[in-house]
Amino acid sequence: MANPDVAKLESIAREGRVQIIRMLTHAGSGHPGGSLSAIDILTTLYFNRMRYDPARPSWEDRDRFVLSKGHCVPAQYFCMAKAGFFPMDRLITLRKLGSPLQGHPDRVALPGIEAATGSLGQGISVSVGMALGLKLAGKGARVYCVLGDGETQEGQVWESLMSGPKLGAPHHHLDNLCVFLDYNGIQLDGFVKKILDLEPVTDKLKSFGWPVLEVNGHDVAQVDKALDQAEATKGGPTFIVAHTVKGKGVSFMENDPEWHGKAPKPDEAVRAIREIVGTPVPAWAARVVAELDALGKK
Amino acid sequence: MAAKASRAAFGEALTELGAKDERIVTLDADLSKSTMTTGFAKKYPERAFNVGIAESGMIGVAAGLALAGRVPFACSFACFLVGRFETIRVSVAYSDAPVKLVGTHVGVAIGEDGYTQMGLEDIACLRSLPNIPIVQPADEIETKQAVAYAVEHAGPIYLRLTRQNLEPVHDAAYRFRFGKADVLRAGSDVSILATGGPLWNALEAARRLAAEGIHAEVVNVATIKPLDEETILRAAGRTGHVVTVEDHSIHGGLGSAVAELLGEAMPTPMKRIGVTTFGESGDAKGLYARHGLDADGITASVRKFLGR
Repeated sequence: MANPDVAKLESIAREGRVQIIRMLTHAGSGHPGGSLSAIDILTTLYFNRMRYDPARPSWEDRDRFVLSKGHCVPAQYFCMAKAGFFPMDRLITLRKLGSPLQGHPDRVALPGIEAATGSLGQGISVSVGMALGLKLAGKGARVYCVLGDGETQEGQVWESLMSGPKLGAPHHHLDNLCVFLDYNGIQLDGFVKKILDLEPVTDKLKSFGWPVLEVNGHDVAQVDKALDQAEATKGGPTFIVAHTVKGKGVSFMENDPEWHGKAPKPDEAVRAIREIVGTPVPAWAARVVAELDALGKK
Repeated sequence: MAAKASRAAFGEALTELGAKDERIVTLDADLSKSTMTTGFAKKYPERAFNVGIAESGMIGVAAGLALAGRVPFACSFACFLVGRFETIRVSVAYSDAPVKLVGTHVGVAIGEDGYTQMGLEDIACLRSLPNIPIVQPADEIETKQAVAYAVEHAGPIYLRLTRQNLEPVHDAAYRFRFGKADVLRAGSDVSILATGGPLWNALEAARRLAAEGIHAEVVNVATIKPLDEETILRAAGRTGHVVTVEDHSIHGGLGSAVAELLGEAMPTPMKRIGVTTFGESGDAKGLYARHGLDADGITASVRKFLGR
């Protein structure tokens, strides 16, 4: 949207980073690195782009968000709580018995989740199908999907990359679909470049028929501008390669494969939160710090 | 009514239903001529999608379509469709996306193409998912009604269809009831529970056994999941001997489902007839004979099982 309130979005993303750290620390497991790399993209989508109504999660005309890299769902849970899908207090039930905040997204348990993901490679196919379904139904709603870079090694991703620009033609081109790559360069076992390099990924995507935009995935103004371009692009879907940093915002997590799938201890969490919010520590963050301090003493 | 493959009856039914319900769409992975959705595609080209030879992608796209309010029929050979189990497991089942999965070319009866194209494990795989019913209709009339039912079924569902022609076992008055097995022939000595391709052979076996003084009841189990426990327990209680017949692996199919039920609720002597090896190339008749699924094989198995 024209002239996004960058300060507001950055403030929400900062709060998101704190809440991601908080919920993972309470859970004692989960994926901080990729949640922190994706949060600025999700914040821009949830708070400056998508049309939805938390009171009516099944509203037919809503925009859809599918987190294909489902393990980073803490970032989405924060956005949903912040948007009013459920109370912020519920975030710390993440991964606990009986909670709808499953370790990976559960569409049935949590209204507002559009598809179960977590088995990598599937969310983009589901997004393509949703975009086609909305077109067939004559709906103007849009579909947004976030892929991981490690995930993009999955064969099913390339099936959908091949079909996305072609499916629905000539009457129902999927120009209501926008796919992000959260390109943080790290997967569970190490660096993407070393395990199975995606490069030259932009050339590959272009050769598959996707218009490709490249942004700094932590710059909400850039992300928003790319979303404007995607929305203005007719005749097919758009791909946004978002260059990101795994663990962004927490110095000791950044670019370290160790933090792909490990929860911080309470003292590490407090250090992380202090870094994220800076000084002076705002009152809301001080409450989280006190809560995690107490958790550490248990 | 003449013999007809259930895949052909499916294609005809879908083309008819497509006129009334514009939510219906078809998805194929380059086998539409074989899954017989071509009639639908010809009539409603804007609602028929061939995604190329990419079954995982097809199933994911079907899930997205279903979650956006369409009624997608995702079609391929049963082995290729259910072979993408992980996508069915998460994008369809766990998401509870009301996708209509259609697996054709089931069993050794596909013949000459050999094992790689035979759906022999599809029931076993899908039975393990909590919310995907499995329906294998026995003839044309049942297939057409099962397809209509699948459109209305609120969740995901799997239709298991044959390449080969199926002799009619129902008359025109037959009404398919989801979750209900139907008793096609009464008998007091043994209950033969059969599904799909070899059902006709089970009926023929019962006729031959009758000539020998063995009175076999024959039950058509079209809905394999959820199993019609009431009808099956009543049959087992009545005859005290149960034989299952299916063109599917002996592990995890109808026979296993019935054994699980009887084992817990009414332990009953049982014989499972099905495929115990990989399949192989050959003519359908010869393959049914080799795997004991023809009338001769079923007759002999029942005789031996009863010690006669």
